[in-house]
Amino acid sequence: MINFNQVSKTFKRNRVLDNIDLRIELGERIALVGSNGAGKTTLIRCLLGEYVYDGAVTVNGLVTREERTKVLQKIGFVPQLPPPLKMPVSQLVDFSASLCNSERSRMEDIAQRLGLDLGKIARLPFVKLSGGMKQKLLISIAMGRDTNILVMDEPAANLDPEARHIFFELLEERLENTTMLISSHRLDEVSALVNRVIELDRGKVVLDDRVADEVSLTSKLACRLVLRRPEASIAKALANWHFTDTGDGLSWQGSVAGPDRLRFVGMISRYVGVLTSISLDENGGDKP
Amino acid sequence: MKNLWLTAKLDVVESLRARWFMIYSLVFGGIVAMLFAFGLTESRVLGFIGLSRLLVTYIQLCMAILPIFVLITTVRSVAGDREAGVFEYLLSLPVSLSAWFWGKLLGRYIVVFMPVFLAMLGAALWALLNGIEVPWFMFLYYTALLAVIAWCFLGIAMLLSTLARSTDVAQGAAFVVWLVMLLFLDLILLGVLIQGHIAPELAVSIALANPMQVFRTAALMLFDPQLIVLGPAAYVVTDTLGATGFMIYGVVYPLVIGTVCATAGYFIFRRGDLP
Repeated sequence: MINFNQVSKTFKRNRVLDNIDLRIELGERIALVGSNGAGKTTLIRCLLGEYVYDGAVTVNGLVTREERTKVLQKIGFVPQLPPPLKMPVSQLVDFSASLCNSERSRMEDIAQRLGLDLGKIARLPFVKLSGGMKQKLLISIAMGRDTNILVMDEPAANLDPEARHIFFELLEERLENTTMLISSHRLDEVSALVNRVIELDRGKVVLDDRVADEVSLTSKLACRLVLRRPEASIAKALANWHFTDTGDGLSWQGSVAGPDRLRFVGMISRYVGVLTSISLDENGGDKP
Repeated sequence: MKNLWLTAKLDVVESLRARWFMIYSLVFGGIVAMLFAFGLTESRVLGFIGLSRLLVTYIQLCMAILPIFVLITTVRSVAGDREAGVFEYLLSLPVSLSAWFWGKLLGRYIVVFMPVFLAMLGAALWALLNGIEVPWFMFLYYTALLAVIAWCFLGIAMLLSTLARSTDVAQGAAFVVWLVMLLFLDLILLGVLIQGHIAPELAVSIALANPMQVFRTAALMLFDPQLIVLGPAAYVVTDTLGATGFMIYGVVYPLVIGTVCATAGYFIFRRGDLP
């Protein structure tokens, strides 16, 4: 489906991509990881037909740079940094829907599911929205159209846990017929979403591995925590995850989206000194 | 074609919200209002009567302001958007590069031409309502001149925006281009000729190649067909092309320059990494 054939890219004398050979099939969910400057963004921009390069990048046999309009009809893209667009939200949605031959209502529906009411913010300039709202809107535009490739750069970084869970549900609905390329600095942010990990380092593929694919994107885990003493910082962190205090700041419970488990454990590990008990139950996540 | 219009509309709406557009519109609207306030329509100087004097003054002011405004605001906007990552996202949507580039140019053109034209049209309508004679041929020719000079500098600005890799460089280049054209206006050429440093043919060629000089000469041609108020370059020009010939040249030449620059900008834009 997507082929990178001996792709190299050089900026002045700096070789950012060095003979990349990759073959990505329909339905694969790929974590593209690597440190800053590893070449992730350049690889994505080659795929989007925004850069000229040596070698060939094709999507369903179409050369991305030469037939970019046809190729981009099938690619939904969510950038890491939202662009500082001054246009009102409604115009951005209309513009995107018209270009993508989609309907505004499809994008509105996705936004609604993510907790973003487009009616309320229609007249606001995009640039004035909060980071989370921008991210939700860009996800809505990328997913509210007929695509079979989703390219996302840290897509859930600015989302709250509830919106993240819905985002995972949206991805789950497209698992069968969509290829996903998710770029991130940190594997733990995206590990549960993917079934293949590609790591780049200084423009080369240094790891290309299939990973166990047993975490349901829509699952939820019931979580219960007991602390040694009440702590304001952990209370704040847990409140962000919509946890409920069930015992004077000592006992907390809530639910964690399945793909978020590593992220949650990473967060809670910062407070391990005050933690006396923790349980994560895969079968009880939907219980209040 | 649909995508071209969508891109053009996007650029128009973005510009309408920008501060530079507000200032730009206020400047040209303000100039016309000021010319009315100073009673130019009532004055009779050197044979200019009614609205003709206002139009002549307005077109001269446009020559001074329009090119630098178009150059700086366009390169700032285009190169600034590119630096900020706006293009990275918008060009990831399925829009062809030709629809994007020419749509942006079209949207921009509407935005830079409309305030200048509407200010002049407003003056004409006001004159009509107040029983002041409107020189319609002059009005139409000046409209054509403004249209082509806006196109010319827009084309140059788009070329500079695609060549420069940063807003600062694009802005600096735009300023230098404007300054060079300003330096080679007729009065400077006259000075150079007097000093005898260059051949007169070269001075005339430079005058004919400079869109600002062409605009200025063509604007003056309507009420001074002998171009006696201009220097030696204008004398040779009228001798070679005649008044009508130069008026045609005055419209066609900036149009060609703008189109050539915009086309060159488009091919450079297409050929390399997208911004």
